[in-house]
Amino acid sequence: MSWITARRRHPAAGYLVVAFVLVLIGTAYAVITGGSASASSPVSANSAQIAQGRNLFLEDCATCHGMFAQGVSGQAPGLIGVGAAAVDFQVSTGRMPAAKLGAENPRKPPRLTPSQTRAVAAYIQSLGGGPPIPSAAQVSTYGANVGLGQQLFVANCAACHNFVGAGGTLTDGKYAPALTQSTPTQIYEAMLTGPEAMPVFNDLTVTPQEKRDIIAYVTQVRALPNPGGFSLGRIGPVTEGLVAFLGLLFFMVLAALWITAKHGKAHE
Amino acid sequence: MSVERALEGAGTFLDDRLHAARGVRVLLRKVFPDHWSFLLGEIILYSFIILLLTGTFLTLWFQPSMTDVIYHGSYIPLRGVRMSEAYASTLNISFDVRGGLLIRQIHHWAADLFMAAIMAHMIRVFFTGAYRKPREINWLIGIVLFTLGMFEGLFGYSLPDDLLSGAGLRITEGILQSLPIVGTYLAFFLFGGPFPGHLIIPRLYILHVLVIPGLILALVTVHLFLMFHQKHTQMPGKGRTNTNVVGAPMYPYFMAKTGAFFFFTFAALALAATFTQINPIWLYGPYNPVAMSAGSQPDFYMGALEGSLRMFPAWQWVMFGHTWAFNVFVPALLPLGIVFGGAAIWPFLEQWITGDRSEHHLNDRPRNAPTRTALGIAMITFYGVLWAEGANDIIANHLDIPLYTTTWIARVAWLVAPILAYIITKRICLGLQRKDRHLLEHGVETGIIRQLPGGEFIEETRPVDEEALAVLTSRTLPPPPPALEAAEGEVPPPGMRGALGKVRERLYNVVTESIPLPDSHGNGHGNGHTLEAVGADEHDQPSLPAGSGQSDGGNQH
Ligand code: HEC
Ligand code: HEC
Ligand code: HEM
Repeated sequence: MSWITARRRHPAAGYLVVAFVLVLIGTAYAVITGGSASASSPVSANSAQIAQGRNLFLEDCATCHGMFAQGVSGQAPGLIGVGAAAVDFQVSTGRMPAAKLGAENPRKPPRLTPSQTRAVAAYIQSLGGGPPIPSAAQVSTYGANVGLGQQLFVANCAACHNFVGAGGTLTDGKYAPALTQSTPTQIYEAMLTGPEAMPVFNDLTVTPQEKRDIIAYVTQVRALPNPGGFSLGRIGPVTEGLVAFLGLLFFMVLAALWITAKHGKAHE
Repeated sequence: MSVERALEGAGTFLDDRLHAARGVRVLLRKVFPDHWSFLLGEIILYSFIILLLTGTFLTLWFQPSMTDVIYHGSYIPLRGVRMSEAYASTLNISFDVRGGLLIRQIHHWAADLFMAAIMAHMIRVFFTGAYRKPREINWLIGIVLFTLGMFEGLFGYSLPDDLLSGAGLRITEGILQSLPIVGTYLAFFLFGGPFPGHLIIPRLYILHVLVIPGLILALVTVHLFLMFHQKHTQMPGKGRTNTNVVGAPMYPYFMAKTGAFFFFTFAALALAATFTQINPIWLYGPYNPVAMSAGSQPDFYMGALEGSLRMFPAWQWVMFGHTWAFNVFVPALLPLGIVFGGAAIWPFLEQWITGDRSEHHLNDRPRNAPTRTALGIAMITFYGVLWAEGANDIIANHLDIPLYTTTWIARVAWLVAPILAYIITKRICLGLQRKDRHLLEHGVETGIIRQLPGGEFIEETRPVDEEALAVLTSRTLPPPPPALEAAEGEVPPPGMRGALGKVRERLYNVVTESIPLPDSHGNGHGNGHTLEAVGADEHDQPSLPAGSGQSDGGNQH
């Protein structure tokens, strides 16, 4: 476990700083130019909220991440500079506080309430930079292009998450989870912070507008009806093959048994 | 004028000109055995017919073209997206052609059933020994049909030009390219340039709707003609011998049954297509050479190939100025080569080993050919491991096993599981033979306990009934190898000399390993040996000329 975090943190630090600056510039740019919605500025924080967040952090997180979020080698990475978006993603999907140290932290019901989560996020943000929690306007799918979103999703995400976000397996016991429950904010944050084995999709590789297209696709494809009937899990031809054998062929064998069985003595 | 008179008149008219009545009469009196496993072949035939019909419908709307178009159809999520005409027309079939999606789904489910039934049919023929002389040619035709079906299916699901089919084509290209020396040229010829180019879909289309179906149709015709000419084999039973066929005559019984069976096939496919979605290409999206989805799998009949590609280590070297992609062409050719090649030579190998060149029309019960049955199960296990490995990411994901662990399990199981399967199956067969022998020697236990005057308890048994007796004693052992017949000091015949002869003798002993029938039940030579104990049927003489029992067999039922 620790080698991943060590690897992820140390050599990447320089790039991350650059990325964060770019993200900040990008966000600021989006705020300035896109200011159509009133709630477009990133969630702001006051000192009371930061203090509450620090207390919550000491209670729930410090055992692993250290008293000052500096990280504990061999246990958990430092959180200075990961940004509010990372905290909000990890805590709102229930991944943090982690239950045990496994290959991957699964999604589970969140332990902290949304306002507590925002408090911890504000505290971590106050320790220094990192991507903030995206605003409602940034994750809004109003007017987004689902068709483009489908193509972007297939090109960037489907290799790990499958073509409709049904999830898939990765190496070393890791997996890319199904995206069936992720909220638009969580999807945005996942792209921005790249949790665990997932790469970071900064605003240069996937522009904010494209992120909204992707979010539109991920959230809308769930609701798409299956015009062909029962979906078989939407995981590709494997389940179709099972149905062909266990359903179709099996039914035909039963039919063959029935047809060749001797019904009475009709033809003797 | 009554209807009968009219029909009679038409019949006479046709017969006067075609002289067909005699042929038709023979056809109508043809005898078909009644065993469910004999209908597996019919599933293949009927799903093929349904493929022809639904496929023809699809050709009316499908555009085999790689020209770029912008989609404007009624599937909203993809509106405005750039895609090939092939993909757009498949969307059109699915969403805008009345009944199009249903027909598309019937076509695809029928393709799956076609291949599944081929496998099942082949397994039936193998385990009952129905491939033996004189039916080796039909066995070989069957293997060719299996391979043709695989290619037909691969080309079929490549036509819509969606994300999955593109991935399949990319693998096809990779396999072609990996062939030493000629590979690059072959791939270049098939695709008419660099991948994917604009020619591949039209080319696959012609292969899919004309060339391969034509070949399949021709081979199916030969297959059925040979089957008709050589007559059906039959499972052992009372009154069934190597020289007759017991069953119902073609008309009216078999015709009614097989007609009903066609409707069963059609109903099964229509139900599957109505209620279960297959190949939802609109979810995969148009093909994009830089994209890939988790869980990209081929249809199941290509799964074993996919598995062997996934399993093989990444061995690739540059030798003699060429890149030798062992990691591709070895797994692409070797495992399926073993399965199909092995299946093709087995009938001849078995003949050579046992020296049994006689005709066989009475099937073996699988247990009575322990080595063959064990070999078959070993092959199925071998294939099954590759198959499962082809879906290893899905298995890893749903059973929570690390991905590489599944690969390592497959790498070991590939070699070990077939051997275990062989040993276990052979033990089971011999055990069942022992049970049969016990039944013959001691009869069926009745559950009635009797006390003898001496105070001892015994359970009463009764002899097995005639039907069971015929089944139990249906064993045929091949003639002993010439070398064993040659007396001491004599020179063994040419076939048994030298190292090859030694090998053959060894193999003979393995292949013919069996628990002998009890002495009173003959030595197992000859066919359908029935016993004085129950009174042998007079038609049960091995000396009857072949085929003479055919027509009266029809009346015995
Ligand atoms: C049981 C130990 C444990 C506890 C408790 C815990 N974490 Fe973590 N946390 C980890 C580990 C281990 C990782 C690294 C996982 C990984 O590789 O992504 C991690 C990663 C994170 C990350 C992602 C860092 C990054 O680089 O993106 C955030 C944010 C985070 N934790 C926040 C929290 C918060 C907030 C809490 C308290 C609510 C918390 N954690 C409680 C063990 C813990
Ligand atoms: C290299 C593989 C990989 C790629 C590519 C990838 N992801 Fe992920 N994704 C992951 C993994 C692994 C996780 C789980 C992280 C964790 O458990 O902390 C994840 C988690 C997520 C989650 C959180 C799911 C939840 O529990 O709610 C979302 C949302 C997400 N990814 C969206 C995306 C999107 C959108 C893209 C494309 C822009 C993408 N991912 C590309 C591997 C990937
Ligand atoms: C053994 C025979 C056949 C097999 C195994 C087979 C298999 C397939 C498969 C798997 C597909 C993909 C369907 C999909 O989109 O989900 C397909 C498509 C197609 N097939 Fe066949 N097929 C066979 C015979 C035929 C015949 C005889 C014709 C025409 C006369 C035909 C015409 C088509 C056409 C036009 C398509 C493309 C349209 C589409 O994808 O919806 N097929 N076939």
